Amino acid sequence: MAIVGATAAAAPDAAASRVSARTCYRVAGLTKTYRTGRRRARVEVRANDAIDLDVRRGEIFGLLGPNGAGKSTLVRQLTGLLRPDAGTVELLGHDLVKRPDAAARLVAYLGQDSGALDELTVGLAVETTARLRALDPAAARAARDAVIEELGLGELAERPLKKLSGGQRRLACVAAALVGDRPVLVLDEPTTGMDPVARRAVWSAIDRRRAEHGTTVVLVTHNVIEAETVLDRVAVLDEGRVIACDTPGGLKALVGDEVRLDLVWRTDPPQDDPAVARLACEAVRTGRRWTTRMDPGTARELLAAVTSGPAFDTLDDFTLSTPSLEDVYLALGGRHEGLVKG
Amino acid sequence: MSQTLGRSSAAGSDAEPLAAATPLWAGLAAVYRAQLSRVRVSRVPLLFVAVFQSVGIMILMRGVVDTGSDSAREAVVAGSSVLVVAFVALNLLAQHFGALRAANALDYYLTLPVRPAAVVLGIAAAYASFTLPGAVVTAVIGALMFQLPLANLWALLLVVPLSGAALAGVGAVCGLLSPRQELATLLGQLGMSAALLLGIIPADRMPMVVEWGRDVLPSSYGVDAFIATYGTPDWAAFGADLAVCAAVGVAMLSLATWAFRRTARG
Repeated sequence: MAIVGATAAAAPDAAASRVSARTCYRVAGLTKTYRTGRRRARVEVRANDAIDLDVRRGEIFGLLGPNGAGKSTLVRQLTGLLRPDAGTVELLGHDLVKRPDAAARLVAYLGQDSGALDELTVGLAVETTARLRALDPAAARAARDAVIEELGLGELAERPLKKLSGGQRRLACVAAALVGDRPVLVLDEPTTGMDPVARRAVWSAIDRRRAEHGTTVVLVTHNVIEAETVLDRVAVLDEGRVIACDTPGGLKALVGDEVRLDLVWRTDPPQDDPAVARLACEAVRTGRRWTTRMDPGTARELLAAVTSGPAFDTLDDFTLSTPSLEDVYLALGGRHEGLVKG
Repeated sequence: MSQTLGRSSAAGSDAEPLAAATPLWAGLAAVYRAQLSRVRVSRVPLLFVAVFQSVGIMILMRGVVDTGSDSAREAVVAGSSVLVVAFVALNLLAQHFGALRAANALDYYLTLPVRPAAVVLGIAAAYASFTLPGAVVTAVIGALMFQLPLANLWALLLVVPLSGAALAGVGAVCGLLSPRQELATLLGQLGMSAALLLGIIPADRMPMVVEWGRDVLPSSYGVDAFIATYGTPDWAAFGADLAVCAAVGVAMLSLATWAFRRTARG
């Protein structure tokens, strides 16, 4: 009996240890409230409301939501910048609520602002960051040269960040985040303003780190196309809560097989056309764009009617697409627009 | 790579080892070097504006003060030279920290394993260094304008860093503790205006109340130290005044480091 008892007691420990070895971040009950306004007008805003999340080692994990959903507040707690009001954050076995300074020794963080680096040249910004990650001078210079070459920043290396375009400056900040290899990267909208070449350079640099070092990436984005393309799993945030968390494919399966029909009109379409009348009842209108979600058969039928009838003369453009993460967000009860589709 | 790996004492047995923290001096040197390089980008505001302002004030004062009085001439030149330090180390540094704080740009340093003291001292030392060429140029032009000796100009090598430490400490505290960026800017401007008004007017002509104000202003001790080098130098007074600058510098930079840590705790 004693042997059986010991085995039974050891088994959960071993299981917990295996789970822990696979987990990068374990977040439970995370709550953060801000007070805004003055005196009588003071209101409390719950930026994060009992958030539970597990981010596995080596995955690219996304936080998706519109502005004000609580993404940046969550990220500031994941990087030790902000102490939660309640809840726990465990990073690779370290309790970040008790020891927020451990984050700086495990995580490379790319925030939204580059103010601290703006007046430095790209090369010096990257080298200084490497020195501040405890690399010695020779190693810092070598790491600087490697990451500048990897991201194709060679021609910009001697130029100050504030003289670069928004996308180039962002790329330089990504270089600073990547230098000095950290096991975890927390990137707040890393590719904002970048051209496609720079975006590809960033994603291939991140992929390389994941393949070679098992780097974990937590990515904040409100760009649904990017989220669908690069993320392994995604948590959808709305008003401080996680309203869903799954793979992009798994989330899209939640909205069933509905498709999305977008119609852009040149002028007002004829209301006496039955297809137009039906679409007019169901569409969400944004300027001259009508957006509807419906089963594929009905969508095809209505599109055929519009494109073959008199309404076609007033039609400027149309798209019929499978559901995106934005559709998932809206179907899950997301109350804000503001996700970017490009 | 010279990274050594340590273990968090509070962490579980399967916790990932932490990367090394950056030693104080290495962090300070990296921050100082990076900040110093900003001269390449912000040369005009950092160096020339302060000199133009101080030289302009000396030209103005030449028509106002009694150029027959040694104390008046010395006060104007020493006050204008230290004003360069106050403009950059106090005013611009307060604005810089205020702007970094307002834009959440301090997050950059707060998410790196560098000690707050290294960041505050590195930035403050760089701002104090920016002032040296301007203070020397102002002192030389002032000495030529007011017929003062140039023999003890070397004293600026001590006056500028020590009064710079004191004023940069005040500037950093203003920038880091101000709840709003505008307030940091206002405090920096007020500090510089005080250094201007109380620094260049000879102390023996001030009413008692204003003299008390002069006594609590750290820049006054830098001015007095530089004045002590003119004529027959009073090295004891020189040393005592610089000791006050050093003590204020240590106190204010310690307070600024605490303020930086406070920012880190949200």
